[in-house]
Amino acid sequence: MDSQPTHVAAVFDEQSLVGALRAGHDWAFEAMVRTYGGRLLAVARRICGNEEDARDVLQSAYLSAFRSLGGFAGSCQLSTWLHRIVVNTALMRLRSKRRKPEDSIEALLPAFQEDGHHVEQFSDWALPADRLLEREDVRRLVRQCIARLPDNYRDVLMMRDIEEQSTEDVARHLALTPNAVKVRLHRARQALSTLLRRELTTEAVCQ
Amino acid sequence: MTCRQFADFMHDYLTGHLPADVLAAFDDHVAVCANCVRYLAQYRDAIAFGRAAFADPDATIPDDVPDDLVTAILAARE
Repeated sequence: MDSQPTHVAAVFDEQSLVGALRAGHDWAFEAMVRTYGGRLLAVARRICGNEEDARDVLQSAYLSAFRSLGGFAGSCQLSTWLHRIVVNTALMRLRSKRRKPEDSIEALLPAFQEDGHHVEQFSDWALPADRLLEREDVRRLVRQCIARLPDNYRDVLMMRDIEEQSTEDVARHLALTPNAVKVRLHRARQALSTLLRRELTTEAVCQ
Repeated sequence: MTCRQFADFMHDYLTGHLPADVLAAFDDHVAVCANCVRYLAQYRDAIAFGRAAFADPDATIPDDVPDDLVTAILAARE
């Protein structure tokens, strides 16, 4: 029989919760769902755009988290770790629903002529960047473009640019060298800007 | 500096890690290559767009998880 606190969402410190989760206490799993689930459901809703998918994503993400608890190193907060699992699960769903496989990174990096000049002449955004940022349809498009990045690159971009983790922390989490993180991040950003250019430049809009 | 080298150095440029001589060459390229200026601006914008796309406008308003969803998640664990 579980030694269950009176209120599962009672104030606890995260270390105690992780310990109880690893020990398999039922109350700890419920506390993890109730404590972080609301915020995570909101994240899933924002990425999926509908309630049904968001609920499925949250459920899948929590099941992944339950299975992966042994791999939670404790070097970041539990909430950060859960957030990442939810975002990745939601992005994978977004990608599969749109039936768009991930793009190869090479196809999204700039091409150069023999003399080192860009092959492509880049067009301006169709609107100033700050006006694009105000639009929910543009933010949704950006999430879809990030979902199309190859997993290895998307993970680094999410952890560095969205979660704002340090290069060293990301390197530790992903078992990469800091330089490898820098290289992947740079390529991921270039790839993302390529995908965005295909949708948001004057040239794209006029086609 | 070529456009290819310019593209390679953009990450270190934005983090302020270019050595002085490379930075000078980078700035020289900016002065003469409008295409690379646009490429750099859009690279920078892509970072800002990514952040905005995942920013939480309701960050101060925690949402509850519906009870039936909590039950479903915990049942699926069994």
